[in-house]
Amino acid sequence: MNGAAPQTHPSAGRVSCSRLALSGRQRTLLTAALAALALGVIVAAGVLLPDTRLATDLGARNQAPSLANPFGTDWLGRDMLTRTARGLTTSLALGMAAASVSALLALALGMAAATLGKAADAAVSWLIDLFLSVPHIVLLILISFAFGGGARGVIIGIVLTHWPALARIIRAEILALRGSEFVRVSRRLGRSNLHIATRHMFPHVFPQFLVGLILLFPHAILHEAAVTFLGFGLPPHEPAVGIILAEAMMHLSTGRWWLALFPGLALLAMVRAFDILGDNTRALLDPRTAHE
Amino acid sequence: MSLEARAVGFRYGSGPWVFRKFDITVGAGEMVGLLGPSGCGKTTLARLLAGHEDPREGRVLFDGAALPRAGYCPVQLVSQHPEHAVNPRWRMRDIMCEGWSMAEDTMEMLSIQPEWLDRYPSELSGGEIQRFCVARTLSPSTRILIADEMTTMLDAITQAQLWRAVRETVDQRGLGVLVVSHERALIDALCDRTVALEAADAPEP
Amino acid sequence: MSDLLEIVDVSVSFTRYEAGLRRQKLEVLSGLSVDVRRGEVLAVIGSSGSGKSLLAHTVLGILPGNADVSGLMLFGGEELTPDRQRQARGREIALVPQAVTFLDPLMRVGPQVRWGAPDNGNGSRTQAQRHVFARYGLTSEVERSFPSQLSGGMLRRVLLSTAVVSGASLIIADEPTPGLHPEAVAETMRHLRELADEGRGVMLITHDIETAIGIADRIAVLYSGTAVEVCPARDFVSDGEALRHPYSHALWRALPGNGFTPMTGAQPSYGDLPNGCLFYPRCDRATRECAEERPALRDVRDGTVRCIHVT
Repeated sequence: MNGAAPQTHPSAGRVSCSRLALSGRQRTLLTAALAALALGVIVAAGVLLPDTRLATDLGARNQAPSLANPFGTDWLGRDMLTRTARGLTTSLALGMAAASVSALLALALGMAAATLGKAADAAVSWLIDLFLSVPHIVLLILISFAFGGGARGVIIGIVLTHWPALARIIRAEILALRGSEFVRVSRRLGRSNLHIATRHMFPHVFPQFLVGLILLFPHAILHEAAVTFLGFGLPPHEPAVGIILAEAMMHLSTGRWWLALFPGLALLAMVRAFDILGDNTRALLDPRTAHE
Repeated sequence: MSLEARAVGFRYGSGPWVFRKFDITVGAGEMVGLLGPSGCGKTTLARLLAGHEDPREGRVLFDGAALPRAGYCPVQLVSQHPEHAVNPRWRMRDIMCEGWSMAEDTMEMLSIQPEWLDRYPSELSGGEIQRFCVARTLSPSTRILIADEMTTMLDAITQAQLWRAVRETVDQRGLGVLVVSHERALIDALCDRTVALEAADAPEP
Repeated sequence: MSDLLEIVDVSVSFTRYEAGLRRQKLEVLSGLSVDVRRGEVLAVIGSSGSGKSLLAHTVLGILPGNADVSGLMLFGGEELTPDRQRQARGREIALVPQAVTFLDPLMRVGPQVRWGAPDNGNGSRTQAQRHVFARYGLTSEVERSFPSQLSGGMLRRVLLSTAVVSGASLIIADEPTPGLHPEAVAETMRHLRELADEGRGVMLITHDIETAIGIADRIAVLYSGTAVEVCPARDFVSDGEALRHPYSHALWRALPGNGFTPMTGAQPSYGDLPNGCLFYPRCDRATRECAEERPALRDVRDGTVRCIHVT
């Protein structure tokens, strides 16, 4: 190579003196790991912080954030950090349970639509359109109300409202695969439907499913909090972020800003962490971006 | 043993006929050329003959019977775009073995390099992938090969290599080949006889 | 040398991930040198994977993010930096794409072509577009049509119009005629020839030697990411004795009309290029020197070649 020739591109790959020069994949993995770590910390905090911090302590009511109570205390003297951590853990558990069931429902319906013939496809597509045409939150409230509210109502509501987008993606993916030349060739080479489903279709659909699942979590968590906040979700005695925020609303005008600010920020941070995790997972799994 | 199309016709939905009443026979050990301008339905015909699609009228017969719906099809198709004919998430080794466990001399005949076997399709060029697609179909169970513009996108050397491998298989064990191409020079160099396909209705505007 | 595009010793490598975080550098263009002059058609031929399209992408500056370019590119005597490429792309250097899928199916073709024209105010874009359409026999009815309403032949003329309307001085046509029937190929080639005759430079990328010799002034033969030979198109005649590089000979003899003789072996893999001449593992003239060092670019009889044995 001509050593004297000017570089027409800055060569990021050759810079090795700086410790911060991470490669694309390292950066992606690191971001994903940090997001996962953040979620782990929330769960750990919810489990490890002792119950005594939640005991009513009327001597320490309405305290602004301090070293002992980083998120302040509420009108009963309970530590807001512990309440928030517990609330987020509940939200996380509820959200993940609901999102997982919803994603499995999406997988089943998407596969059914794509493989069980025209009638099944029409029925599932109609259902998808039906659910997408009504605003999420309204439907969610109606369903959880119909199932008697509480954790069960919220979970069923989220499960039933969150599957259509992913189901549509999976259906389209499988339809495209069925029409693809390599699947047709495989069939002509004498391969069975089982072989085609497990060896050709599954490896294509699984990454989509995984990313879809991860991106469903933040949705489910936010909606759980929203429904609870509006009073149609978890009962007031459950530790939930939605409850905390609803209560905090009553105290905002009295200047106790910390009651809403920290739990709200923590909820946002958790949702964002999931988003980042999902996007980075997608970047790694997508062959078009995996090498950049 | 022969592949026979009797009065086949095809159209999409209720659209115009791509072609109608077309007859062709490809016997063992012969190379037949199918010549025609682009857009006249050569690719559609090739797909019908290999059972990738059913004709709207007429019949495609192998040894006097319809092509099998399941199991290994004795009529195999190699198409113009090898990238579409392989699963992008599979390694070349698995792609190659989907047809049959290949004899080493087939690999040699097609100049398939051993180090390619552990690669993914995105790491190979079109010409390199097409060698695998040809190798995959040259199993002893394949009696008729439909080569639909098989080397149109390839350079002259790769083209000559692939056709030499096919030609050897024809000579050795009586494979029958239909060479679908718009290139007369190629068909003249390869085929014993040539059939022309003309569009059924008005030619493409 | 060249007053339009000059590429000197350009190398491009991609960084790929193997298992986990281990990275591998693949050199996909190695020391490629070629030039395009005003008023000529330079055909770039070679097998798939020889770097033809990459060469076009390198000139246009549209390589993916994991590419690393070195070497020198001059456009009109000026260094073609990434900034200069952004500026020139679509204005001074235009691409005639491979397929009609490069047109927006939801937009009428007139406005699509207009976008490519330089804007000098006063409806100059519309004028420029109508002018080019008239030149290619495309009526005002075509102007108002959507791509799906046009035949293949018209679409190819529309694609060509998008490049011509920009007034670019360098036109890069990347496999403009994949698998077309002979008349369509001839028409596209005639149009490209006309553009060169008007004083533009045309880089025609194709794997089809016969098409290339039909219109090109010079031909660059690519092998494994380098130009092994650049020579006048007229050297591709009879049994090819005027050709310089052994690979050019092999390519010529492999044509169905010239013996249909395949050479054995395959292009080396990019992660695993030989240290010496990139062609020596398949070359029947290879000697020990060939295995040791990349041959330098030599001027031989009106052309350039990378082979130490050619006289």
